[in-house]
Amino acid sequence: MTNWIDTVMVLIILSNLMLLGSSRLAACIRIVASQGIILGLLPLLAHEGGIDGHVVLLAAWSVTLKGVAFPWLLTRAMRDASVRREVEPFVGYTTSLLAGCAALAVSLWAGNRLPLPFAIQNSSLTVAVALFTIMTGLFVIVSRRKAVNQVLGYLVLENGIYMYGVAFVQKSPLLVELGVLLDVFVAVFVMGIMIFHINREFDHIDTDQLSILKE
Amino acid sequence: MITALILVPALSGLLALLIRPNPPRRILLLATAITHTGMTAASWFSTPTPTLSGWLMIDAPGKLFLTITSVLFLFAAIYAVGYLARENYGRRSDFEENTGFINAPEKVFSGAIMFFLSTMTLVAASQHLGLLWVAVEATTLASAPLIYFHRHHRSLEATWKYLLICSVGIALALLGNFFLAVATTTPDGSSMPLLLNELLQQGGRFNIPWLKAAFLFLLVGYGTKMGLAPLHTWLPDAHSEAPSVVSALLSGALLNCAFLAILRAQQVLVAAGQGAFGRELLLFFGLLSMAIAAVFILSQADYKRMLAYSSVEHMGILSLGVSIGGNGSFGAMLHAVNHSLTKAMLFLVAGNIVTAYRTKKTNEVRGMLRLMPVSGGLWLMGFLAITGSPPFGLFLSEFTILKAAVDGGSNIAAIAYLFLLAIIFIGMMTAALRMTQGLPSDDEVVLPREYPFSLVSPLALGLLVFSLGVYIPPPLKTALQEAARVVGG
Amino acid sequence: MNIAISIIDMLLAFLLAPLMLGIINRTKAFFAGRTGQPLFQAYFDIRRLLLKGAVYSKTTTWVMRAGPIVGLSATIMTAAIVPFGGSQALLAFPGDIFLLAYLLGLARFFTVIAALDTGSSFEGMGASREVQFSSLAEPVLFLGLAAVARQTSSLSLSGMLQAVSIETWITGGPVLFLAAAAILFIFLTENSRVPVDDPNTHLELTMIHEVMVLDHCGPDFAFIQYGAAIKLWVFGALLTGIILPLHTGNNLLDGVAAVACMSLLAVVVGIIESTMARFRLLRVPQMLVGAGALALLALLLALR
Repeated sequence: MTNWIDTVMVLIILSNLMLLGSSRLAACIRIVASQGIILGLLPLLAHEGGIDGHVVLLAAWSVTLKGVAFPWLLTRAMRDASVRREVEPFVGYTTSLLAGCAALAVSLWAGNRLPLPFAIQNSSLTVAVALFTIMTGLFVIVSRRKAVNQVLGYLVLENGIYMYGVAFVQKSPLLVELGVLLDVFVAVFVMGIMIFHINREFDHIDTDQLSILKE
Repeated sequence: MITALILVPALSGLLALLIRPNPPRRILLLATAITHTGMTAASWFSTPTPTLSGWLMIDAPGKLFLTITSVLFLFAAIYAVGYLARENYGRRSDFEENTGFINAPEKVFSGAIMFFLSTMTLVAASQHLGLLWVAVEATTLASAPLIYFHRHHRSLEATWKYLLICSVGIALALLGNFFLAVATTTPDGSSMPLLLNELLQQGGRFNIPWLKAAFLFLLVGYGTKMGLAPLHTWLPDAHSEAPSVVSALLSGALLNCAFLAILRAQQVLVAAGQGAFGRELLLFFGLLSMAIAAVFILSQADYKRMLAYSSVEHMGILSLGVSIGGNGSFGAMLHAVNHSLTKAMLFLVAGNIVTAYRTKKTNEVRGMLRLMPVSGGLWLMGFLAITGSPPFGLFLSEFTILKAAVDGGSNIAAIAYLFLLAIIFIGMMTAALRMTQGLPSDDEVVLPREYPFSLVSPLALGLLVFSLGVYIPPPLKTALQEAARVVGG
Repeated sequence: MNIAISIIDMLLAFLLAPLMLGIINRTKAFFAGRTGQPLFQAYFDIRRLLLKGAVYSKTTTWVMRAGPIVGLSATIMTAAIVPFGGSQALLAFPGDIFLLAYLLGLARFFTVIAALDTGSSFEGMGASREVQFSSLAEPVLFLGLAAVARQTSSLSLSGMLQAVSIETWITGGPVLFLAAAAILFIFLTENSRVPVDDPNTHLELTMIHEVMVLDHCGPDFAFIQYGAAIKLWVFGALLTGIILPLHTGNNLLDGVAAVACMSLLAVVVGIIESTMARFRLLRVPQMLVGAGALALLALLLALR
């Protein structure tokens, strides 16, 4: 079991690194979608108390949302805006990859040093990878210009936080988890609508050019 | 009863999306507002029973903030009815840049505003921190379409910033929730449900470093929503580009809801004996917010942005009050009430000014007292109130906080507080005096009509602000004291 | 007995290395719908070149004559260090990883200065590109090998690759997989395969490796071709050693299995070459940094 979780963690790290390095928006959306699907299946692997209906329902709901609904919404937004690539992000791709490697090293170091009040039965990688995913999400939000990329960064951030939830909280109430997922869904939905409007208004989705309101 | 409080606006919102003709929808809006206020008033007399196995309960701070929200929504609904009736839904011309734009359909506005009320009620009633998180995120999502009512690029920019910054902030608050779950895990590995009264009982057994980290993330996360500097960057844009009714609700009700979330976190800290840590952080953010607001108010050319920065300042004062504790907490609660009422009134009057003068710049508005006597008078009165002059309610609350600070020995904080208040007073009053006095410039086409619907709400609010400055009714006083005590003062 | 096995492995390398080139070319031809060159074409080419005479430019010095010879001898030495088929290499010792890397570096260095010695600007251009890519590829190779070394607790290539078994794959699967992926990228880079460099290009401006050896002919060129084949074999042996977890203990079976794996690797390289287009020159450093990230990740996982 532990080995499966290890493999899952490595896959998530790889997906983060790939996200940092790719410029094609379609590829980025697919990467985040696959990350979401893997994460959705994680509770099935990590759950200590055996697999019951609650966990299966949650996993199914996560996978549907993150693997199907979000990519569809974002692909539609991307197609409506006729945008294929992220051009000239604030931080170049090679530098982003190197920054990602540095963040990975820091997270692995920090993950080993967090004083956990009790023994975590899951892989000790989980905490470090969650931290790395959060950092990747924030980095993408900050360093990319296209609005779709910023929404992807937000989704990766939520994925990282969700991983903390899976790692730490053994019995979070079903209602709260569903609520969290629903909130994220509606957030992405609303953001998708906004991207559509941004494109219609400005003919591009460069958030760097949304700088009229100052002071 | 609590479920009714939450579900009635939500269902009305849904209904508003389905109704075709406009007048019935506006009647629905008014009816919902009146029903909600009625139910809230009823809850003052008989405490509603907790539902959802204790997840939803109206305790003292919740009741206070719920009342503020409800009252504000009532007056906002009255104003909105007149506003929506006057709004033109065809192609319009943006007066700032002479470009064309359209409005969102009215049903989107009405539906969204009622969902907004529902989610804010949920925030006030939540006792489970996870549910509280869901509710706060829901308020962000419900209010985004409201900011984007006038569909032009500035409001789009404001909406995008609002959505992204608040969502990221609230995501960090979710991380704080998870850290809290770790901090509260019992030694045998099972985690405690994040129900407030259970957390408060078990306070002594929490893991302190994790608890502190959790509070930090919760403060930063919900502080983004509340408008504490340096996380306030979405506030001026959103408040200046949204319709004035929406700005009134955002400033008066939404910021308070985020503050309530922070207060819940502070309650948990106090129960664990770490109240001092929370108070230091709140003091820091409070003074920082006031300072940044002061700097930006001094050079502000847009009066709605000035009001937005004033909201940042007052959120700082609320933080400051809670950080002092004791009487300071009481002052903060009183301040929350007064600020909400005053700021809502000011924003509604600002809406009147925008309709009449068709500009948002301070130096293009002149002679309000002559052209629009009621609005002009209310504007001047409102500015006097919001900067803390007697005999208005804000003076009392700010003075209470000052006295608590001096009594508690934090003299430096008190001096900084006074200094920043003085700067803000200078900045805002110069603007207000210039706007209200003098002769109106001739080359502006100005509509001197003041519509009854748009006057009733500001007048009523102004009356409330004035009367609260002179006399605090005993039920309100006990409620404020109760809230302050619960919060840990 | 072991020395005999090691010597047989080296002879296998010398004998079969050009065959791998043939397999790659045949695979590419198959994908292109052609019949393609005969499998043993590389042998015929080397024989033909050895029988030719050489022409040297008057502007060159001994460096140009020494380049191919030093390159070939260094590459042959690497064949003596890298183990094949789960047995001990001829010159195995702890730390021979570094010797491997520096022998390759020596070969590259002499190729580069031989290219610069001709004074041709095209060759200089190819040399600068080659050096740029290998300066990025070398740390990645070190990181990948370090990860495997850490996972198998051995600093000798022979020790490392002998220790790789099904158990190692089960416990350290992700590490080995990531290291193998990184070393695959390095394989493609060092051996000038698509997507880094097209070995069949005839446009000088797009060449990297071929342009450096443009002015060599006759036996020198034969040495260079043969050296390239051996380098391909050496890297392939490294890769198959990491990937193939079988050590039955019977030398014959291991050898046959290893040769089969090498051929499979050649087919895979042929498939990669046929299905991918060559990267823009600016993207190659990006790809190398990506490979470096994979290798770093492998190392971090192994260190945990």
